[in-house]
Amino acid sequence: MTAALALIRRDIALAFREGGAIGVALGFYLVVIAIAPFGLGPDLNLLSRVAPGLLWVALLLAALLSADRIFHNDYEDGTLDVLTMGPLPLPVVAASKSLAHWITTCVPLALLAPVLGLLLNLPIHTIPLLVLAMLAGTPAVSFIAGIGASLTLGLRRSGLLLALLVLPLYVPVLIFGVSTVSAAVTGPGSPWPPFLMLCAISLASMVLAPLAAAAALRTAFR
Amino acid sequence: MNIPFTATLEAEGIACERGGRRLFEDLSFALGPGEALLVQGPNGTGKTSLMRQIAGLLPLAAGTVRATGTDADTPAAELCHYVGHLNAVKTSLSVRENLTFWTGFLGGGNVDAALGTFGLTPIAGIDAGLLSAGQKRKLALSRLFACPRPIWLLDEPSVSLDVASVERLSEAIRDHTKAGGIAIVSTHVPLGADFTHTLDLAAQDPLEYGSAEVPAP
Repeated sequence: MTAALALIRRDIALAFREGGAIGVALGFYLVVIAIAPFGLGPDLNLLSRVAPGLLWVALLLAALLSADRIFHNDYEDGTLDVLTMGPLPLPVVAASKSLAHWITTCVPLALLAPVLGLLLNLPIHTIPLLVLAMLAGTPAVSFIAGIGASLTLGLRRSGLLLALLVLPLYVPVLIFGVSTVSAAVTGPGSPWPPFLMLCAISLASMVLAPLAAAAALRTAFR
Repeated sequence: MNIPFTATLEAEGIACERGGRRLFEDLSFALGPGEALLVQGPNGTGKTSLMRQIAGLLPLAAGTVRATGTDADTPAAELCHYVGHLNAVKTSLSVRENLTFWTGFLGGGNVDAALGTFGLTPIAGIDAGLLSAGQKRKLALSRLFACPRPIWLLDEPSVSLDVASVERLSEAIRDHTKAGGIAIVSTHVPLGADFTHTLDLAAQDPLEYGSAEVPAP
């Protein structure tokens, strides 16, 4: 447990020291949402109807920008070798690193979402639910990105391949994430059934994705 | 490192395949507490691959590697320290933070004493990214002292070290084996450590079948 905490703490420290990743993800999210109204036109009703979907799609893309760094840096400088020789089983190493990605990338993105929601005329009363849904759904985003990051380890231009591999797997998160927020914006149903599905997807990903990531990491050493 | 190590390491009939080519096969050796193995051979004969196989980082094409430590069900990799060509040093963390992470992760150890081993104490506070190649190597080697483990796998540990540091490294290997530890070292420069066994991978002709038993000390 202390080993996992040490790893998570180090990854968070590295993410903030090396800066880049978090800033780029937040900036990308901001820019994509800010230019959307130029493409869609100034119809406020239309914007508030498409806001949940736009916010979710842009969040997924922004989170993927830094996803290839989950394992890549450690693989390049030999740290991953030593991480596999520690007391932690490899799936726990993968889970710790995915969790650190969630804390350093997805949580800041989810916290930025309310501001961007205002740009898209999202009704103010739905904003707490938007943040809640994003915090509940994004663990799945980071943990599934961990699979993609370990599969593309050691490849050149792995970021693009990673997006191709991982984006289809995000469809369930997207569907239930958007329907949670949409239900609150336009009705008529309750937002809670899709919200609970979102929680279930995240919990399942947190258990299953590290196993897949660890299996992919083992093949990367060959 | 007051408690003497009691680990043993045994390799039986191991073979290595890289890219469809057999580098070596039917390689066997057994090392007891306090023994050191020198791995020699020209470039490309599988010295690094052998080390990585023992560390569990490369699959064995044949054979078994067994390590027994204090605890019967500890995997071999957890008894080993592997210092290879890559230093596993994070450039945006300070020297001390690098070592503190490893002691936290691997379960150590005295960071201050480890920093002192290679005289890194005066530069403990600066970013590892500012270190020279030799200093980075010293930081990587400091991991050996920060988290005591019985088996050391050192793949060309003396690369980019100065003369005094190579001498310090030799001394450290001698101390380690004296405490009952095992060291497997591949090197092209003579180290002043007492190697009880020598393994020459150049003598391994992969086309000729036969045992490559290491002569007893």
